[in-house]
Amino acid sequence: MSEPVISISGLRKSYDGLEAVKGIDLEVAREEVFAVLGPNGAGKTTTVEILEGYRDRDAGEVSVLGVDPAFPTSTWREKIGIVLQNTTLEPVLSVEESLQQYAGYYRNPRRVDEVIELVGLQEQAGTRARKLSGGQQRRLDVGIALIGDPELLFLDEPTTGFDPSARRQAWEMIAGLRDLGKTVLLTTHYMEEAQVLADRVAIISDGRIVALDTPDNLGDRDQLPTTISFVLPVGAVLPDMPDPGVVQIGGETGSGEQTVRISSRDPVAELNRLTGWAIEQGFELEQLEVRRPSLEDVYLELTES
Amino acid sequence: MRGLSLALHEFRFAQKVFWRNPASVFFTALLPVLFLLIFATIFGNDRIDEVDGVKITTYYIPAIVTLAVISATMVNLAMNVTIAREEGLLKRGRGTPMPPWVFIAGRVGNSIVISTIMLVVVTLIGKLLYDAPIPWERAPAVAVTLIVGAAAFCCLGLAITVMVPSREAASAITNAITLPLYFLSGIFIPESEIPEGVLSIADFFPVRGFFEAFFSAYSPNTIGAGFEWGELATVAVWGLAGLVIALRYFRWTPRN
Repeated sequence: MSEPVISISGLRKSYDGLEAVKGIDLEVAREEVFAVLGPNGAGKTTTVEILEGYRDRDAGEVSVLGVDPAFPTSTWREKIGIVLQNTTLEPVLSVEESLQQYAGYYRNPRRVDEVIELVGLQEQAGTRARKLSGGQQRRLDVGIALIGDPELLFLDEPTTGFDPSARRQAWEMIAGLRDLGKTVLLTTHYMEEAQVLADRVAIISDGRIVALDTPDNLGDRDQLPTTISFVLPVGAVLPDMPDPGVVQIGGETGSGEQTVRISSRDPVAELNRLTGWAIEQGFELEQLEVRRPSLEDVYLELTES
Repeated sequence: MRGLSLALHEFRFAQKVFWRNPASVFFTALLPVLFLLIFATIFGNDRIDEVDGVKITTYYIPAIVTLAVISATMVNLAMNVTIAREEGLLKRGRGTPMPPWVFIAGRVGNSIVISTIMLVVVTLIGKLLYDAPIPWERAPAVAVTLIVGAAAFCCLGLAITVMVPSREAASAITNAITLPLYFLSGIFIPESEIPEGVLSIADFFPVRGFFEAFFSAYSPNTIGAGFEWGELATVAVWGLAGLVIALRYFRWTPRN
């Protein structure tokens, strides 16, 4: 395996005695899309801004493309692209002009029309930034970050505040960056965003990484029990289950029905037994539901302290 | 060489942004001309004996040139650099390979070009509407005053951004600084109407010195080349102080 594009160990940062980042270690490989997922105030932006060379750190080793970002050089800046948390555009310049302006800062920029196509703003090329929709402005923001043809792209909460359709469009565009062979470090507080876009996800909470894995395996999600739930008819008594996991019987509804939740590690056998019993007894298992733990369940469990 | 071409590139965009921004165009380019027309209409073509015996319109030409240059440099930079900082544009610029000074150079270049355009426009209006003489024979003094003043007030504008906490506060703070000085320094009201004591206070500040330097360069009654080195020195010292503050405390990232 080649050198990691980003490697961090023991990173710490405090503001006025409050520790925002409390010892983070991670590595991001070349051409990986890596998401840092966490609630507001978890330390995501602080971490990313240290990697981007905007903030200094209190402790820890950091290397980004082989350079310590505390000492950024212009050669290093040629190789990274940055999308800040807030959209930053000159409102009176058009899409094309904004890209031309930033293209002038790099020695070997991508062609402006190429970038316009990459971010899907062909129809808005002559439109001034302030007349673009929020989603289009953010895409121009990403276009500006791409104009220097960077190896590594930082996207700090690229879709916060978007409506669902603008978010999907942004996702398609970011997914397309993978085909360009870019390494992407993305922060987000949307689980779905991390799941759709990232090869690996680090969940960060209160300044620490609490889980780091592929979206499917995050927080041992693949090994967590499946939940089977249904409404137990009035007067029915559950059969004995050989391996019931955790059985919870919820409160009675007005008619005396009860909700049952079975947490099962062997859901196929469990369901077979359950449905067999129900048919035998002539019951309906109303509101029967079988659910694997979602990334959201894992996230909430990990970030709620 | 690369630095110079980057600065030119940045200057071109600073120009575009300036002319497309209705507030900059109004306050920097149109308002000084409006002031000239209003003052000339109110005070007419009387002569002011106390001030070198020049016609009032002849008095107002260097006064309005002073105001226009300060608007294009100090006021314009204090407003627009603060806005660029608060909008995150400065921060974003720092994330690119562009050397940070280029961004400032582009905007300062823009201010100096606008100042020059305004000087020419106000002088021509004076000639065409009020027959105020164009000071050809003292053109070097006009040029030197413009260069020293524009540079000094650019530095002061950058220093003001240090004190301005938000984009909303930018215009209030620059107005609070400039408007009283315009009144005290004889820019709005002819200096013959201003008590001696007040003028001597104004002498301490750079607006008055800048105006006096322009006045000597413009007045048809000036004897000699019209250079006011003492006044220009006052302006330059203020500019240097501004530069020191800007170099020491300038902020690239938003406060809010």
